[in-house]
Amino acid sequence: MRIGFPSKLPINSLQMKILVPIKRVPDYDTRIRVKPDGSGIVTEGVKFSMNPFDAIAVEEAIRIKERLPGAEITALSIGTEESVETLRVALAMGADRAIRVAIDADMDSLAIAKVLAAVYHREKPHMVLMGKQAIDDDSNQAGQMLAGLLGVPQATFVSKIEMGQDGATALCSRETDAGIEKVQVRMPAVITTDLRLNEPRYVSLPGIMKAKKKPVEELTPSALSVDCVSRTRVLSMEAPARRKAGLRVKSLDELIDRLKTEAKVL
Amino acid sequence: MRKTLVLIEHTQGQLRQTSLHALGAASELAAVEGGTTEALVMGHGVGAVVDALRSLGCARIWAVDHPQLADLTADRCADVIAQTVKATEPSFVLAAASTFSKDLLPRAAALLDAGMISDVVGLKKEGDETVFKRVQFAGNVISTVQLSGALKFLTIRPSAFPMANRNATQSEVQDFPWQPAANVTWTQVVSREERVEGRPDATEARIVVSGGRAFKNSEDFERVVGGLADALGAAVGSSRALVDAGITPNSLQIGQTGKVVAPELYIALGISGAIQHMAGMKDSKVIVAVNKDPDAPVFEAADYGLVADVYETIPEWTRRIKGS
Repeated sequence: MRIGFPSKLPINSLQMKILVPIKRVPDYDTRIRVKPDGSGIVTEGVKFSMNPFDAIAVEEAIRIKERLPGAEITALSIGTEESVETLRVALAMGADRAIRVAIDADMDSLAIAKVLAAVYHREKPHMVLMGKQAIDDDSNQAGQMLAGLLGVPQATFVSKIEMGQDGATALCSRETDAGIEKVQVRMPAVITTDLRLNEPRYVSLPGIMKAKKKPVEELTPSALSVDCVSRTRVLSMEAPARRKAGLRVKSLDELIDRLKTEAKVL
Repeated sequence: MRKTLVLIEHTQGQLRQTSLHALGAASELAAVEGGTTEALVMGHGVGAVVDALRSLGCARIWAVDHPQLADLTADRCADVIAQTVKATEPSFVLAAASTFSKDLLPRAAALLDAGMISDVVGLKKEGDETVFKRVQFAGNVISTVQLSGALKFLTIRPSAFPMANRNATQSEVQDFPWQPAANVTWTQVVSREERVEGRPDATEARIVVSGGRAFKNSEDFERVVGGLADALGAAVGSSRALVDAGITPNSLQIGQTGKVVAPELYIALGISGAIQHMAGMKDSKVIVAVNKDPDAPVFEAADYGLVADVYETIPEWTRRIKGS
């Protein structure tokens, strides 16, 4: 592993390369149900979409490109055949090209980070922009693991990115439990997006037409020489215990009284 | 001998209460796996934090006190954890789930080629293996997960584990000689908001008063939600909608991507009850919802629901507490 970061990396806007890993997940508006045998979630009839945090990453890459017109955005997805549909959405939004790394079984965050690292070494981007977490797995690990594997700086949970004049640094506002923290990171870096970074654009019809002509490259973990054995294994899934329907109280008086005498929390 | 290294979180020289839950989780792990708990405190000037830890049952406290750790960025902290783990060889590295540990633990895990499970809410022995329960899909699924490898990383939900007990034995404290690599340019912290003094943090409070879309501006939110919270000695929380609208700061957001809380009493004011919000509060012991809309989904999870206008009802509640 490389220790330390390059002291100076001047980036000509013409060669600014941004890698945006994206994941296909059940739509955030979908009601998730566990299969009766606990082997997974019900996917029949479920709408899948781009992970919302990843859509924010694609949008931010496009906004950076709008200011640095020579930039190139590569969308990357690790997944089944269907993830190509999600890559097409990124291309329709404005990404230039796409890569799918074909896998058929779920992989954990460390395995995903290893695949991302292999693609990073092949593509040599100046920045990796990705969602802080996927809303299916909710692990919030892959970006940080990627930065660790690469030995590059990271800025996680970012709600604002101000690129430095020379493109070699970025001032990132991070959403932490205590409030906003601003960090200066040197490129290349991994930046993970939070909800308030931007509002992703809708895909336009001309965008969809253009996306059909953009290249989608297919790779495999073995072609990338990545050992992607998952350390974590999901044994079973269950629905959480539901809260029982509560009581409608008729007045503030009744509410206060019940909180004091019945629930005993006041 | 199996060891669990617990990463301790502190803010403004104070031990975070969530770390006491992390130590409690480590005790549960020791009960099924055997072994001991050690704590790791990183920072610059951490003496008071170390002292506060000494009667909490750790076999040893590792203190890494270094001027370069005045800012606890992920690159620095992951390097400290990697060196500590290599020297002390624990089987588990564990921390309370927070933006602090979520930022740096996965990075440290990757440096050590270790697998990690986030948001653990339970653990048990199944045969020879310890398996972990974790929450995913915005709280709609609890999965049972197995983790392989000689070294395992975990973050735990503080609300799911009791705080560690205080005892009479004083833990041994040992300085760990962190060797930062030469010529490294660490990430530079330019500015940082600190939590406002006076109100407890939502993850540590007995009562949380939370506001949603019913509030149209920061002044109303502060007067109505903040007013009731102060009268009750409670923490303040907010739904995502208000943070997005710039009415409340991000540090107040409760939900799937914000803070996850489980206080004794959660009072949801003018909150509709989106799945993503419920994921952050549905394990509260008692939930109260006040909303003008009788069909708001929040009522399905509330122990006590009151259909009323928060602008009228809540200032009245505050007045009664102050008057009594």
